[in-house]
Amino acid sequence: MANKTAVETTLNGEETTFLCEPRQTLLEALRDELGLIGSKEGCGNGNCGACNVLLDGVLVNSCLVLAPEIEGRSVVTIEGIAEDGELHPLQQKFLEHASLQCGICTPGFIVSSKALLDENPNPTEHDVRLWLAGNLCRCTGYDKIVRAVLDVAQNNA
Amino acid sequence: MADTKHNGTAAYDLASNGKVDGDGTGQNGYKVIGTRPVRPDGVDKVTGRAVYAADVQMTGLLHGKILRSPHAHAHIRSIDTSKAEALPGVRAVVTAADLPVAEDKIEDLGEGAINLKYLSDNILAHEKALYHGHAVAAVAAISPHIAEEAVSLIDVDYDLLPAVMTVDDALADDAPILLDTLRTDAMGEIGAQPTNLASFFRHQRGDLDAAFADAHLVVERAFRTETVHQGYIEPQAATALYSADGQITIWTSTQGSFAVRGQVAEILKIPVSRLKVIPTEIGGGFGGKINVYVEPVAVLLSQKAGYEPVKIVMNRADVLAATGPTSGSNIRVKIAVDVNGKITAGLAELYYEAGAYPGSPVGAAANVSLAPYAIDNLQVDGYDIVVNRPRSAAYRAPGGTNAAFAVESVVDELAEKLGMDAADFRILNGAKEKDRRPDGVQYARIGQIETVQAIKNSRHYQTSLEGKYRGRGIASGYWNNWGGQSSATAALNPDGTVNLNEASTDIGGTRASISMQLAEALEIGYEQVKTRVVDTDTVAYNDVTGGSRTTFATGWAAYDLGQKLKQEMKRRLADVWDVSPQDVSYEDGIFYAGDESLPFVEAANVVQREEPLMASSTVHPQDFGPGFSTQCVDVEIDPETGKITILRYTIAQDVGKAIHPSYVEGQMQGGVAQGIGWAINEEYIYDDEGHLLNASLLDYRMPTALDLPMIDTILVEVPSPGHPYGVRGVGEVNIVPPAGAIANAVYDATGVRMDKLPISPANLLEAMWAKEAEAAGKPVPGDD
Amino acid sequence: MAKIWIPPLMRSLTAGQQIVEAEGETVRELVAALDERFPGVAERIIDEGRIRPGLTVAVDGAVQSRGLRAAVAPDSEVHFVPAMTGGEGSLQ
Repeated sequence: MANKTAVETTLNGEETTFLCEPRQTLLEALRDELGLIGSKEGCGNGNCGACNVLLDGVLVNSCLVLAPEIEGRSVVTIEGIAEDGELHPLQQKFLEHASLQCGICTPGFIVSSKALLDENPNPTEHDVRLWLAGNLCRCTGYDKIVRAVLDVAQNNA
Repeated sequence: MADTKHNGTAAYDLASNGKVDGDGTGQNGYKVIGTRPVRPDGVDKVTGRAVYAADVQMTGLLHGKILRSPHAHAHIRSIDTSKAEALPGVRAVVTAADLPVAEDKIEDLGEGAINLKYLSDNILAHEKALYHGHAVAAVAAISPHIAEEAVSLIDVDYDLLPAVMTVDDALADDAPILLDTLRTDAMGEIGAQPTNLASFFRHQRGDLDAAFADAHLVVERAFRTETVHQGYIEPQAATALYSADGQITIWTSTQGSFAVRGQVAEILKIPVSRLKVIPTEIGGGFGGKINVYVEPVAVLLSQKAGYEPVKIVMNRADVLAATGPTSGSNIRVKIAVDVNGKITAGLAELYYEAGAYPGSPVGAAANVSLAPYAIDNLQVDGYDIVVNRPRSAAYRAPGGTNAAFAVESVVDELAEKLGMDAADFRILNGAKEKDRRPDGVQYARIGQIETVQAIKNSRHYQTSLEGKYRGRGIASGYWNNWGGQSSATAALNPDGTVNLNEASTDIGGTRASISMQLAEALEIGYEQVKTRVVDTDTVAYNDVTGGSRTTFATGWAAYDLGQKLKQEMKRRLADVWDVSPQDVSYEDGIFYAGDESLPFVEAANVVQREEPLMASSTVHPQDFGPGFSTQCVDVEIDPETGKITILRYTIAQDVGKAIHPSYVEGQMQGGVAQGIGWAINEEYIYDDEGHLLNASLLDYRMPTALDLPMIDTILVEVPSPGHPYGVRGVGEVNIVPPAGAIANAVYDATGVRMDKLPISPANLLEAMWAKEAEAAGKPVPGDD
Repeated sequence: MAKIWIPPLMRSLTAGQQIVEAEGETVRELVAALDERFPGVAERIIDEGRIRPGLTVAVDGAVQSRGLRAAVAPDSEVHFVPAMTGGEGSLQ
């Protein structure tokens, strides 16, 4: 067994210290060491976006980040999107628009969409499609996902 | 039945494109059906709380990994596992030698008939590796990383054989034989020689020779389609846990918990009574999560590791290499018309690659092929052929997309040569009640012509498309649907809510559509029904979520539960009120008898003062209606690169009665998105030795949000007479037309008729160049 | 009498006839009646007392899960068709 290393980070707003093997990805550390199962592995090589998290506010594939790399940095996962027991508007609109079928890609889409709206509160349909091109959904054909994101953006305006 | 609505009229209208009557009010007297409530499992799925198969955790969990064949076709001489076993942290290593001997016998395990020997052999290869990615051995270790390392330490001695990759390879006179005991089954007549042709069948009626001889016009074309994958985003995963009394619990991502139980029981020779299968949330299936892959291996590893729990999570490369895919095919279609444009004869020859074991979807494909048309003289031949590719699995309307691509391309060419509008040609020739499907069976009430009419009247079709290298195409498609067996229970709570336990895995919102049918039957609110998907110990046998059956059949069970609860509540209230049960009526959520009245919520309490109330239902409805879809697409071609851009897409589908219109639309849009991927990009790419070259989601290119436009839906409601609320399966037929529609649009844009899928940039450019060369008078090899 | 559509690959047994009429109240009785006139038909349809794997029977437009025990009316139309396989296979 490889020796474990201690990592200090800010996770969903809380100071957190955890142990992991240096070869573990951030995705593995979140799921296997920290019990945060909301980030999903669809491909393990950055093609599907199901594991997307925010690292210092920047959207990343957590399967492509090594866990020790988050030392001293801030990570937001799907578990940190709702605040004070209230669903985030994106979560609410995904429900209302029936934007999920199987739901496995949904955490990644919501994290990605949040990153988009943080950067560009009034995206066009094309902006949304371009930004979300890093997230694969096989169930919905994206129609209702794009509508949900545009709906949240409109309410921002 | 009293609640049945089948007025037989199409409820679509232009102004309500994509809306129909589902704006939250309900219609046709329905209170819940037709509304769009939030699904019961929604909040957990948008917050990351929902537990999928890979999320299952427990103390002492071991992690399994599987070694796969790097060769497409090879004898396995020996397997040396000693180095893997010696690695610290490894707890068990298994090979096919650890599996019980399987009988050479055909069984139906809730997923169609399958030879048990093949089933077992696909789990771990016995004498031969039959495809690149075929499982050969497995390891359980204390971490996934150690298990992976151990797998790389297993030595397998292979004796390579030539790879048989296509229909043509497999049927060649000197073709290497994949399975030495395989003989051709021609509708019960068994061949004498070893072969790669597993089965052959024919549908035939009328006099084709005469009809083709007398025809005004005949078009005949040959087509090729490639292997594609379902592409669910969640890889297969399962966990097996032994209890000290020998009971085994399996958590898995599956479309059918009972199908898993049946397969594991057969493969491992364990009585079903010792197996409990708990279906976790499932991250997509599309037919690909019916066969088992990792479940028996997890149980086997656990046995060998001293009964410690074992979890196996597949990676994406393994998913693509060893699960799923659906058949590539060679198809020939020949259709004749008379001078009025009426089809007089139709012939389709379907050669489907089953993968390493028999069982391609060619039977279903045959029924899809010419289904939208009324044809008196017809022949459809189906061939099921084994090749060195993964064992094919169901994929949304299995086999249908290939067949419809071929038929709809020929139909488009006929309409063009006749100078007829493509929609008018389909209306003139459209199948309706009493016409016959390809296998000869008569249709009941169907909505094919209505879907064409809906497309013809749509804003999309009525708006002209301008611009160079732009084109429009339409195509129709059929799917048989399915009824299948469902069972469910409903317990009445004293506060007037109902707990509904059912066993159909919820892949796309069926907890909602099933809750809604019970709520409608009981005339209570949607939020009063709590629907749970339960394990195999909790209700009786239940077929897979597949064949577009769940909202139909499990919904039927929910309806039945509603009737039973209502009847028993009336009986008990009659006793309380001292009247006869016939004198108790129920309207708008209130029970009445004489001067007495009681709302449902209060009645729920009153009727359970002396005895709890619970109902159970088992159903096997046979009278499911088939579905039809007609679709219209506009494309733009980049003549420099061959890239196709989808500009606009409209679907009209006969949906029976839409219970939850948002999820019906979602099925339509999702099926079309998959069909678009199949049409323009997706394919398995093999080298000459049968190595799969594109087992990643970068190289196996599925559509992204940027590749698609909004997808407009027209819900044509032709209620099915075979369901109390007129429900038809809606999940599958939508994937049937896209490839044909896009091929026809590409022709309109470029003048090139594509005879193969995918219409990828490379394939399209090649065809465009060939056409240019032909126009310039240069010879083009192989062109007719 | 019920009309039975003979599968093309069995028509060598019925002298090429596409549709044959026979009497019976169940599919089993029809098959027996057929076999009397066209010996060999039953063997192609029945295996171990049931409709053979890979084959299924439709009566008046609906596939019959009761198989040989399915009821047949005097004016019924009966088809023996290949069972569909490929996962959702039982879905004839």
